[in-house]
Amino acid sequence: MTSLGKPIAHESACDHVTGSALYTDDLAGRFPGLLHAHPVTAPHAHARVVALDPSAALAEPGVVRVLGPADVPGENQIGPARPDEPLFPSEVMFHGQAVAWVLAESEESARRGAAAVRVDYQPLPATLDLEAAIAAEQFLTDPLRLQRGDAAAGLERAPHRLTGELFVGGQEHFYLETQSAIAHLDEQGRVFVHSSTQHPSETQEIVARVLGLRKHDVTVQCLRMGGAFGGKEVQANAWAAVAALGARLTGRPTRVRLSRAHDTTLTGKRHPVLGRFEVGFDAQGTLLALRMQLFADGGWCLDLSEPIVYRALFHSDNAYRIRDVELVGRVVRTHKTSMTAFRGFGGPQGMIMIEEIVDRVARTLGIEPHQVRERNFYREGDCTPYGQVVRDPDRMPRIWGELTASCDYFERRRQIAEHNSRAPHAKRGLAITPVKFGISFTTAFFNQGGALVLVYADGSVQVNHGGTEMGQGLHTKMLQVAAHTLGVPMAAVRMMPTQTDKVPNTSATAASSGADLNGAALKVACETLRARLAEVAAPELGAAPDELVFDEGRVFARSRPERALTFSHVAHQAHFQRVPLLATGYYRTPGIQFDKVTGTGKPFHYFAYGAAATEVEVDGFTGMYSVRRVDILHDVGDSLSPLVDRGQIEGGFVQGLGWLTLEELVWNADGRLATENASTYKLPGLGECPPIFNVALLGRASEPDVVYGSKAVGEPPFMLAISAREALRDAVAAFGAGAAGVVELASPATPEAVFWAVERVRRSGSKA
Amino acid sequence: MAIRFTLNDAPVEVADFDPNTTLLAFLRGRGMTGTKEGCAEGECGACAVALVERDARGNTRYQPVNACLLLLGSCAGREIVSIEGIAQGGELHPVQRAMIDRAGSQCGYCTPGFVVSLFAEYYRPGRTEVDPEAIAGNLCRCTGYRPIREVAEGLGQPGDDDPFRRRLALAPPTLEPVQHRSGAGRFLRPGTLQGALTLLAEEPGAVIVAGGTDVVVEVNQRHRRHRSLLSLENVAELAVFEQSADRIRIGAALSLTQIEQHLAGTVPLLAQLFPLFSSRLIRNRATLGGNLMTASPIGDSPPALLALDAEVELASPSGTRTLPLSDFFTGYRQTARKPDEILAAISIPLPLPNVQRFYKVSKRVLDDISTVAAGYSLRVDGAGKISAARLAYGGVAPTPARARDAEAFMVGQVWSHELVKHTLPILARAFSPIGDHRGSADYRSTLIVRLLEKLWADTSGGAA
Ligand SMILES: Cc1cc2nc3c(=O)[nH]c(=O)nc-3n(C[C@H](O)[C@H](O)[C@H](O)COP(=O)(O)OP(=O)(O)OC[C@H]3O[C@@H](n4cnc5c(N)ncnc54)[C@H](O)[C@@H]3O)c2cc1C
Ligand code: FES
Ligand code: FES
Repeated sequence: MTSLGKPIAHESACDHVTGSALYTDDLAGRFPGLLHAHPVTAPHAHARVVALDPSAALAEPGVVRVLGPADVPGENQIGPARPDEPLFPSEVMFHGQAVAWVLAESEESARRGAAAVRVDYQPLPATLDLEAAIAAEQFLTDPLRLQRGDAAAGLERAPHRLTGELFVGGQEHFYLETQSAIAHLDEQGRVFVHSSTQHPSETQEIVARVLGLRKHDVTVQCLRMGGAFGGKEVQANAWAAVAALGARLTGRPTRVRLSRAHDTTLTGKRHPVLGRFEVGFDAQGTLLALRMQLFADGGWCLDLSEPIVYRALFHSDNAYRIRDVELVGRVVRTHKTSMTAFRGFGGPQGMIMIEEIVDRVARTLGIEPHQVRERNFYREGDCTPYGQVVRDPDRMPRIWGELTASCDYFERRRQIAEHNSRAPHAKRGLAITPVKFGISFTTAFFNQGGALVLVYADGSVQVNHGGTEMGQGLHTKMLQVAAHTLGVPMAAVRMMPTQTDKVPNTSATAASSGADLNGAALKVACETLRARLAEVAAPELGAAPDELVFDEGRVFARSRPERALTFSHVAHQAHFQRVPLLATGYYRTPGIQFDKVTGTGKPFHYFAYGAAATEVEVDGFTGMYSVRRVDILHDVGDSLSPLVDRGQIEGGFVQGLGWLTLEELVWNADGRLATENASTYKLPGLGECPPIFNVALLGRASEPDVVYGSKAVGEPPFMLAISAREALRDAVAAFGAGAAGVVELASPATPEAVFWAVERVRRSGSKA
Repeated sequence: MAIRFTLNDAPVEVADFDPNTTLLAFLRGRGMTGTKEGCAEGECGACAVALVERDARGNTRYQPVNACLLLLGSCAGREIVSIEGIAQGGELHPVQRAMIDRAGSQCGYCTPGFVVSLFAEYYRPGRTEVDPEAIAGNLCRCTGYRPIREVAEGLGQPGDDDPFRRRLALAPPTLEPVQHRSGAGRFLRPGTLQGALTLLAEEPGAVIVAGGTDVVVEVNQRHRRHRSLLSLENVAELAVFEQSADRIRIGAALSLTQIEQHLAGTVPLLAQLFPLFSSRLIRNRATLGGNLMTASPIGDSPPALLALDAEVELASPSGTRTLPLSDFFTGYRQTARKPDEILAAISIPLPLPNVQRFYKVSKRVLDDISTVAAGYSLRVDGAGKISAARLAYGGVAPTPARARDAEAFMVGQVWSHELVKHTLPILARAFSPIGDHRGSADYRSTLIVRLLEKLWADTSGGAA
């Protein structure tokens, strides 16, 4: 009996509940002489740093050093994609940007020191507004394009057309553990960094770059993160670099931990996006042609914005076939923090646009939105606008059918209509929406994973792989994969902290790919070891090596299960016989490619599918609402770990719900983020958890080319929350008299946004 | 003077400390890193610890609070359980087991806080079903809450030999006065009102702190540093609750949780207000006195108390004066309190109005600050005629305020939909709210009238 595919708890659950699970900053007490760093932040959204005088700071008790551009031994540059991110800027590009850092004996002294640093700024004009930046043509890349057929002609030919636009707001990651790093010099004087990073290899690279070292002089470890969601993919690097610089210059261990307000004002967010679209369709709601521009607010520098906008374009079809398509993505530069990766990586922004469009088409025609959705699903043989064949297109209708049945969709639509006819002030809405999400990094070379497995002579095992644990349960799945493949109990396997000196040149743990890439690599390493151990055990069992079964610490011939050796015994024998008990594993995803010039290729290994039906109730007096019930059916292939997968689905849904409803980023006119902490930026709380929350995993969905038939699950469920937005729109529409036509609803659909939507519907209803 | 307290059954002594230090910083500084910081402003609950306290019914209980807002000085004499003290003798606690079994943790960063809240709920005296708010002051960014909610709903009962339950059979620690003076500053915690007034007079710069849920947020977020803090948490006269024939008198330093328990739903306006006011973790510390003294235009108790015609008592060395609450707020975050005065009590006259309603419009239903709040009360006689009306609002003016013209218009008329319609234009002229990140000026203006319509819709089916 193996634990693979069994509902087991997170491998650290016991440490979580007792408080003994350590996160980067929890290690602070282990470093005597630790220095604390505090940023000197700029009070302008755009300004030149004219002079920086640290003398008053150095006079503050406890202040040890002030770090500025002149202190950088290597490059003053941390940009991951393009050298456009100085660690210590001479030109301030967003409000609150750090221009220097103060190191001191205590946090309090560092803060006082930072307040005492005198900086003279020459304020410069700032562009904060997305539309103003578009008008001024402030772009960070050339246009990104996907095109198929002739959209202009398709629109021309279409019996019906409509144009519109939708702005969707950004989202703060609000991982509960803020960004942190502790750097110290190791026994050989080289740099060791504990970092809360999704991408230790890149953190290592940036630290080396800033310090002017080679990578082998820098080791980065990530024990675990208290959430990341993409926010620690490239944006963990700066803090590690500051800590490492402090350690290198002072010889003392140095700690950076951002306060919540610093975290939200210094780090990037999900891209706010403005979509402008024109769609052609027929009288049944069949989508015929789409022309759309997506303008993503990239903030001040490039960051990961290009692949993010590509992913937005790649998901602008969601699950729907559209013949003639012309999609253009633009990364707009504004004087805000640099927008960055966030669960879904642009996919949600693309997908919400097409769902918006489908709903508008349906309401324009007076057809039920779920019918228009279903009518347009991809069919066998279809390709996406970027030319990738849609494999398993029947998954979507299957999910649709099973879910509408299990959640009693049609009967509930009827009941809701009845309820709404009786309740003038509280209307209910119900909507079902699909998700088709492409899995793989769209930048092909990231699609590789590595592992290192060590078997000790007593049969205990250490496992290393390139992925990081941020709560998504990757380590749990990897332990299951390792234990299953080696045929040992979970308890015999120890997961080692992710460290750059175990597996080099790793990819970020991102794009939902952590388990696919590292799991496949780990499986290879374990298979290598098992094969060697089989050679050792075979003579003793009097059987051929390929006849042996490794199962939960026992090794036996399939034909004679009663005669078994212990795994420990075999390991011991192997050592004695000089058989190597360490192995690496490596995996690269086959067949991934994408040509930016033609906008075609196969950027994804496969698609993950799902659908959700959500019911809401809206109060017509205030616009306040509640989610009454959610039903989800989601495709995770053969689940490696059902509890983990269900957790990802539910957590992703609620996080998506936050993005689409409560979570509103507000910047003041001077560019300061007004919603910088939990009191002003509202995450979903317990009250947002749907009282009825049914989640099922799709059966018969094994994915042939992925580790043990599984599928990635981190990101796709996030977009299931679009059903909640559509349910709100459905409820809003019910306040109108009869068929209301297009129902505009701002995003996020805060109570205020819903309130105004209701007002509009009522007004148009009274005119009719 | 050193302070002493009990932490997870072990004595702790702190000889010298800065009075602005929080328990959270202290714990983490001592290497007890199970208690986490997620926001340092009382919103996320990752820092929850439990205090052994007496509840309003006289039972000893574990009271979960936010360590990020609990001053170290306030810990003097207390018995505190942190996450490290919950598993006993290497055995996981039942709530910890349940969190594991139901996959209640993903990244695990919020988990210690949830465990502490669940632990406190597990031992809540007289618990028959779960307090739906027991974990509403804890945020989780990973799980979506469903598994944690199921843990809360599935709590069993502690056994007879449960050491924590046995602890609760005994009295909580009694708090002694504290006079901590050191180079780093002063933390003063008198035991009597007289003592508090004297200290206030002697230390004119002293900042009063009751529950600290506003004061310590300022310390953490705005980096306010006080030389001298005067804590009211142990002043006996400020912790009274009295009900007589003609009024209810509530001590200014009673926690909102205690008030909730004392009132047990008898004042509908407040019963509707409490679940919408912050979270359980905050209400276990926050006081009514603090809420009125903060005088925030978006404070929630003022509209409710204005609608109840509450009065405030201000004590000074020269005696006590009483003021209608409607004369108390003098400007943006300003009150009629004089520097030598302490807000001692809030009184609600009886009998209560027969129609009462509290509305709070906010982004998030639980634990959010109001965009607009309204406290409404009407005295309607047998013939349906209104003899008194109070339409009080928060979030629409620089101070909490009543719409007096509209109130006057309603008096003497029959409570009807017609009347509501005729009142709306008058109400619409009452205030000119501003817009901010919580809501636009237009939204607020419109809500002022819509909430009165809602009052009619909600109460016309039968008296409230
Ligand atoms: C997470 C969170 C959520 C919140 N949610 C809400 C909410 O939903 N609604 C709401 O209205 N508020 C909310 N608040 C604000 C706060 O909790 C309340 O204002 C609370 O009632 C303050 O009480 P306290 O005892 O903690 O005040 P403290 O912080 O101790 O004091 C507040 C102020 O009053 C003064 N003061 C206190 N008591 C007296 C007294 N007896 N005499 C003279 N001066 C005194 C203090 O000097 C200080 O200026 C929230 C706060 C937090 C941190
Ligand atoms: S740290 Fe968030 S409530 Fe204390
Ligand atoms: S488990 Fe990550 S915040 Fe709750």
